[in-house]
Amino acid sequence: MYSFKLPDLGEGIHEGEILKWHVAAGDRIEVDAPLIEVETDKAAVTIPSPVGGVVTAINGAVGDVILVGAVLVTIEDGQATPPIAVEAPRPLEAPRSLEAPVTPARLGPVPAAPATRRLARALGVDLQAVPPSGPAGRVTRQDVERFAAAPTGPELTRPKLTPPELTRPEPVGRAEAPTPSGPAAAIPFYHLPPMPDFAQLGPITREPMRSIRRKTAQRMVTAMTVVPHVAHMDEADVTELERLRKAPPRRGEEAGGLTLLPFIIKAVSAGLRDFPQFNASVDPIKEEIIYKQYINIGFAVDTPRGLVVPVIRGCQGKSIRDVADEALTLGEAARRGALAPHHLQGGCFSVTNVGAIGGTGVIPTINYPEVAILGMGRVQEKPVVRHGEIVIRRMLPLTLAFDHRVADGAAAARFMTQLVRRLSDPYALLLEI
Amino acid sequence: MVMGSLRQEAELVVVGSGPGGYVAALRAADLGREVVLIEAREALGGVCLLEGCIPSKTLIHAAEIVEGAKAAEALGLRFAAPEIDLERLRRWTDGVVNKLSGGVAQLLKRRGVEVIHGRARLQGPNALSIQGAGVSGLDFKRCILATGSRVTPFPDAEALGIWSSRQALALPEIPRRLLLIGGGYIGLELGLVYAGLGAEVTLVEFAPSLLQGADSDLVEVVIEACQRRFAEVLMDSKVTHIARRGDGYTAQIQRRDGEIIERAFDKVMAAVGRRPNTDDLGLETVGIEVTAEGFIPIDARCQTQIPSIFAIGDITPGPMLAHKASRQAKVAAEFISGEPSAFDNRAIPAVVFTDPEIAWTGLTETEARASGRPIKVGRFPLTALGRARTLGRAEGLVKVISDPDSHLILGVGMVGSGVSELIAEGTLALEMGARLEDLMVTIHPHPTMSEAIMEAAEVAAGSAVHLPKPR
Repeated sequence: MYSFKLPDLGEGIHEGEILKWHVAAGDRIEVDAPLIEVETDKAAVTIPSPVGGVVTAINGAVGDVILVGAVLVTIEDGQATPPIAVEAPRPLEAPRSLEAPVTPARLGPVPAAPATRRLARALGVDLQAVPPSGPAGRVTRQDVERFAAAPTGPELTRPKLTPPELTRPEPVGRAEAPTPSGPAAAIPFYHLPPMPDFAQLGPITREPMRSIRRKTAQRMVTAMTVVPHVAHMDEADVTELERLRKAPPRRGEEAGGLTLLPFIIKAVSAGLRDFPQFNASVDPIKEEIIYKQYINIGFAVDTPRGLVVPVIRGCQGKSIRDVADEALTLGEAARRGALAPHHLQGGCFSVTNVGAIGGTGVIPTINYPEVAILGMGRVQEKPVVRHGEIVIRRMLPLTLAFDHRVADGAAAARFMTQLVRRLSDPYALLLEI
Repeated sequence: MVMGSLRQEAELVVVGSGPGGYVAALRAADLGREVVLIEAREALGGVCLLEGCIPSKTLIHAAEIVEGAKAAEALGLRFAAPEIDLERLRRWTDGVVNKLSGGVAQLLKRRGVEVIHGRARLQGPNALSIQGAGVSGLDFKRCILATGSRVTPFPDAEALGIWSSRQALALPEIPRRLLLIGGGYIGLELGLVYAGLGAEVTLVEFAPSLLQGADSDLVEVVIEACQRRFAEVLMDSKVTHIARRGDGYTAQIQRRDGEIIERAFDKVMAAVGRRPNTDDLGLETVGIEVTAEGFIPIDARCQTQIPSIFAIGDITPGPMLAHKASRQAKVAAEFISGEPSAFDNRAIPAVVFTDPEIAWTGLTETEARASGRPIKVGRFPLTALGRARTLGRAEGLVKVISDPDSHLILGVGMVGSGVSELIAEGTLALEMGARLEDLMVTIHPHPTMSEAIMEAAEVAAGSAVHLPKPR
């Protein structure tokens, strides 16, 4: 009996998310045959089986985050279980992405030009993890850029570059006009002009884009570049819902109001069950739509470090109270900067409640590679017509921004109409979820 | 204002103005830092510029002109024996040094770097004292130590009047018979200068070969040249006794075979290495511990264990070479200014200005074999190179050390006339992660010495057109 643990996948990687199992319990597996695909915050890795035999148990489902050293699978290989757990061998395969060539085993430092190494340092990229495109495993500048731009990019490994008190806004050598390269070069009229010298007009300061700011910039540019966005808007009458959430039914000793967010998340969760095209991702290489059989909903949190989107997993199986508690915990952790990477991964759909601060409406940007996001405006008392009478109701403006590659306007209208109905009639909502 | 009572403040202070210190000051100033440079000497430029690389290369050039004139006889060009005007040669050398030192001062001035002449010692992680200057101390946010190295003293050198390399470079006289102790690069370079200027040089080296660290196939060529130019080359030997006699010296030398011989000399020079200047820096006040050899441990950003203090150049582990210091200088200055710099260089080229010259970069063949990794070495002898023949300098070879599977270049070594100018290509190849094919398909101009690198790469790959076809 062989217990295979998630091996050390390289510098700074402590956990991985299960992308795919190549085997199920009871399957026969040959030595070195693919066992599991795991995604770390650096790359997707296929881990081969270190032994041949019959799989007796697998631990963890797709989407689960597993720690290095945790038992992944047990394989009956005809050997007696040793008294002490055997050290799992390192996978021979280096981390790689799907389209990249297989990395040959490297001896010594990664071949790469000095300027490429400098860029990798600036982007916090570990050259060992970058799939090389050059001969003899040589890593090019483009390889590093592609790796850094990947959605599972290396934000968490970005080094602290300098003692902070000496880091000043740096006026040196940053003004050169970038030459468009890669896909952008193929866009007609695409032109990124050099920055004007703003200092000519008055005093300025400069601040490097790091960490969350840079990551947000990358995600947003990716989303706005590759996703054809459509925004569908409506208003929900949340008068009844507001009454319910401010005095919810008691559970034991607990009492007190809830925010709007858990109700929205549960209503969206119910909608995603009926409209799976909004719980999907597009694989642009294979030209396939990936439908997700689970509902993980992220919600935007404004923190001192910037915008983060923690994810509540398995929303379909959680009560409004569960969701409310989890949102509270994750929101707190986000503001403290205490979220773990897995709290931010695996989202299917996002919700942003910027209206809580203000605004009659919002057109949000999709959190790529998700395909839809719901933006909430501010709940406001408004005169509306009911049965021929003007009455005052509490109205919530909603915008569903969605990816037109996977869904059409009619589906969005149906999704939104159903969502508005559920929010307007919370008792029906409670019965349906 | 009472002299010596004033303290000053600086964002960045650099201690030492050699090829480490002045480069760090210039780079940091370019990146917007407010920089103060402290130098203990009168002139700027450090050992390299004032009493090292620059004056020695000037004198080596002079000696090579003499040798070239002698060698011209084979071509049918007969020159009279040279008349050597020592005073004029000294002035010429001083002129070269002064121009470069003045240039450093100008560069610093134009960037607004303040230069303080005095001896600096650390007092704490953000403070140092200065002795011998108008200010008594300085408070800083960051400090780059670049205090270099000095000649390791030879026992009784002072009492006996034995030259160090520093004194020999000042060219006090051309002794008729010179005993040279130490067959490292400094000893060999200076020995060849004095031999070229007419001295009979006897070289004594304790180790069984010369130029420790270089591959023996390269060193062999230099040993042959030294044996022609020196009166005697005694390796595996040691000087057991030196005494003054009259105007000169007698020395007892124990040779390889154990026999002790006695010789008379007019002058003795010892070049037995250099040691880092870390003993009088006040390192103990901040708790920086040096290695057994006196080096300050640093990380890839040249940061010491005290985050506000950086160290570069000869006081850090690794070869004591000016170009290493200059690169570290830029790394430290850039890192302090928030740039993502690190000393991640794949190779530090080494060059010895003997005649012929030796240069190597990356892995040496000795290191590669000791590590047990498989290698493929391509050797191209200069006898097969047109340009070497036209110069009458066919002695020597160029070799390329590569990985047999990937053909990645791991090291380049060479010995021959003027090869110091060729090694940069090998270093670039290493930094770029080049393979043999990259050197092979790059057009090298004909007829030049540089073709030897291309040919050596072809040999390593198994296909050199200018050598007999391998059977």
